[in-house]
Amino acid sequence: QQQQQQQQRRHYEELAHKSGFSTEQIKNLHKRFRQLSGNKETISRANLDSIPALANNPIKKQIIDAFFDKRNQRQDDEVGSLEEIGLEQFLMVMSHFRPPAHKSGEEERQAARRQKLRFLFNMHDTDGDGIITLVEYRKELLSKSGAIGHQAAKAIADAAMLEVASTNAPHMAPDDFYEGITFEHFQQILKGLEMESRMHIRFLDVDTTTMRCGKATS
Amino acid sequence: MFVTDVPGLTRLLVAVLLVLVVCANPSQGTQDNDTRAHGDEEHQQGNSTAHRKAFPVLSFNYEYVRKPFEISLWILLALLMKLGFHVIPRVSHVVPESCLLIFVGLLVGGVIKAIRQTAPVLDTDLFFLYLLPPIILDAGYFLPIRPFTENLGTILVFAVVGTLWNAFFVGGAMYGVCQLEGGQLRGVDLLSCLLFGSIVSAVDPVAVLAVFEEIHINELLYILVFGESLLNDAVTVVLYHLFEEFSHAGVVTVADALLGGLCFFVVSCGGILVGAIYGLLGAFTSRFTSHTRVIEPLFVFLYSYMAYLSAEVFHLSGIMSLIACGVVMRPYVEANISHKSYTTVKYFLKMWSSVSETLIFIFLGVSTVAGPHAWNWTFVIVTVVLCLVSRVLGVVGLTFVINKFRIVKLTKKDQFIVAYGGLRGAIAFSLGFLLTGNKMKDLFLTAIITLIFFTVFVQGMTIRPLVELLEVKKKRECDGSINEEIHTQFLDHLLVGIEDICGHYGHHHWKDKLSRFNKAYVKKWLIAGDRSTEPQLLSFYNKMEMKQAMMMVESGGGVSIFKPNIEPTAPSRRKTVISKSREMEVRKMLHSNMQKNRQRLRSYSRHDLMMDPFEDDVSEVRFRKQRVEMERRMSHYLTVPAKRPEPPPSVRRVAFEPGQWHRPHFPRFFFLFFFLARNVNAGGVVTPKVHPLCSTQSLHEQFKALRRLSDPGPKS
Repeated sequence: QQQQQQQQRRHYEELAHKSGFSTEQIKNLHKRFRQLSGNKETISRANLDSIPALANNPIKKQIIDAFFDKRNQRQDDEVGSLEEIGLEQFLMVMSHFRPPAHKSGEEERQAARRQKLRFLFNMHDTDGDGIITLVEYRKELLSKSGAIGHQAAKAIADAAMLEVASTNAPHMAPDDFYEGITFEHFQQILKGLEMESRMHIRFLDVDTTTMRCGKATS
Repeated sequence: MFVTDVPGLTRLLVAVLLVLVVCANPSQGTQDNDTRAHGDEEHQQGNSTAHRKAFPVLSFNYEYVRKPFEISLWILLALLMKLGFHVIPRVSHVVPESCLLIFVGLLVGGVIKAIRQTAPVLDTDLFFLYLLPPIILDAGYFLPIRPFTENLGTILVFAVVGTLWNAFFVGGAMYGVCQLEGGQLRGVDLLSCLLFGSIVSAVDPVAVLAVFEEIHINELLYILVFGESLLNDAVTVVLYHLFEEFSHAGVVTVADALLGGLCFFVVSCGGILVGAIYGLLGAFTSRFTSHTRVIEPLFVFLYSYMAYLSAEVFHLSGIMSLIACGVVMRPYVEANISHKSYTTVKYFLKMWSSVSETLIFIFLGVSTVAGPHAWNWTFVIVTVVLCLVSRVLGVVGLTFVINKFRIVKLTKKDQFIVAYGGLRGAIAFSLGFLLTGNKMKDLFLTAIITLIFFTVFVQGMTIRPLVELLEVKKKRECDGSINEEIHTQFLDHLLVGIEDICGHYGHHHWKDKLSRFNKAYVKKWLIAGDRSTEPQLLSFYNKMEMKQAMMMVESGGGVSIFKPNIEPTAPSRRKTVISKSREMEVRKMLHSNMQKNRQRLRSYSRHDLMMDPFEDDVSEVRFRKQRVEMERRMSHYLTVPAKRPEPPPSVRRVAFEPGQWHRPHFPRFFFLFFFLARNVNAGGVVTPKVHPLCSTQSLHEQFKALRRLSDPGPKS
């Protein structure tokens, strides 16, 4: 029994090192993981699908896909998707939403921003070729809020693409062809949003014991 | 050209000054009724005794129009001064406008004093009922909501705790100094000192606005200082009334202190409630104004003003009520009122607040010269020093605590700007003026005025070079691109989703719930017709487009109109994308603008060929040629399929004439066309200010950009 506990603690520490969470936070997240998976070792898409609160979310499918996307595991350039994820993969995805550390220097902030933007980029780039094409952008906009009709979504997507093109590649030769938004362009266009401070869940880094993952499967 | 105008302007100003001073002469006033009556009598007597006076062809009756005449003259003077400052370019860069206006006020006050007349003083009623509301309404209506709510915790801490700290520290320390100093100051008791402390502790929104508007600082700092200056009104009101009551009563009990604390909550929450109610009423009213567009702006102004007055009736915080009213009313009213009404609201608010601000500063100057003064070196200097010290200590101490709860920490630079930007202004003066029956009134008033002058002049003038020196982040120039808007919304949904997966009811969750409640229930009641279902992204997009179109048309484009391309989707989809009436509105507006431009073009080309490169015949011809060229290229674009560099030769006709529209299934051409057409005119003639993120480059490059979009071609 004691050995088991020790083993678990070492496991947690390893995970903490990899994902950047504290062991306290990992314990909480593990509890939630077990809830979602029904006490099994892995979570499948169906488990995440069944969360009732997510039903209203217009980008539900994309969020769920993001959990199963190999590219978000930060393991050099693997593409494709997993069928089921374990605790480690779950934590890796969650680590994208950590708030920036207390005393982070400029490079750390840049790295964090890059990572978060990469996560977003992967969500848009559904075929994994490293470029967001017009078709993908349109699809994403269409699904995002059903109240925008077909035409409007297309038009907005076109305008957005044009904007990216005009700011990032203004001096293209007459026969050049704008393939789609690359990651660099994506970073450039969202430079003003300061992702590293906006894209986070308050995992209350003041006092982590007060963070409780709810029992909300109801 | 301007140099020759300056002496003329100065002469005009001097003349106005003299007239004003003469008119301010009250000696005429006392006799008006008598003279008129007397004159009549004389006249009648004259008639009866047959000593007939000639019929007065020209008579002088100043008394009849005296009051409005003087008011108008003051306002005119203020505005001419404002005009004058901008004519002299060097001065307005160094000295903020508020300082110049106070200076002018001092001059005018001096002149009036020299002629030994009584000057109009910054009367408390005048200030609180007429001059202050427009400024606050302007600020509240255009308050940037997102940064405000994101930093609300910080702002509240600064406003409440910071002001309390300031008041007690200054009051207490002042008392200590007074006791030590002795002499004239020995009579100042603790409660008076605390009262004084509460008056000088509040950061003033008028002064902050006046100075911060000019330095274009980044949004976070602006909203922190400005938000604090707005929200500390509740604290100021409570403290002021509390200490005033106490200083009359003479004794404070614990019960009184507790009641004071309770009063604070009542004042602030009550004020917000009153404001919210009026805001909802205003929003509801605006739902029905589609047939009487002309009076729409009045509803906005009147409901807000009523909110302010109603709150003042109950001694609640009028400022918070006004802000709440503006904030609540705005999203619904803007969805309901026409574009012209929106522009009217915006411009009237800006105009009134500008006039008010100018008048306030000038009157401040005049009152300084006029008012009774009791100068005491120790008191004044200690006041200034204590205020500075307490402000710095307060900000540093509070930031230390706040940073534990903030994600984006406040750096030392931020703290410095927040501390340095804590300017005092006319509110402190008016509150001081309001003190009655206090024997220390003159002493206090002198100190308050000195403090105001110090903060406005010294801090106001030096903050700009300091901001440059410290390289504080400036305001983002650009308004926000469509990509940013899309991703802001995307991010919101994403974060809510992640929170749901964690099962964690964080503040994204509640924000989402609130916005859903808003959409489902509130918008249905408060927004007219089908606009209530228009999604935010779409309205943002439409707004942006309209803005582009207006800019395009105003720059003399002479462009033809496209039918906005969004069509209602099939009825099975239930939600209409954009209504016909809105479409009509957009089209009508653009059409009318275009007509105006066309007419201008023609008239200029007849009378004045060399008038403006934009508007002469030559450029129109060139524009037409370019347009034809562009037509050809556009159709080119249409046929470029995905990832094929060679366009097929078939060309689809695109109609560019108004009223004809061949290709209704075009992707949002409207927008793209304006993007391009904006530069057609500008191409050879004038280079518009190019902004990296939100402007366009030359036509050529735009075209290429268009072709780059891997459009698989329009379907069916």
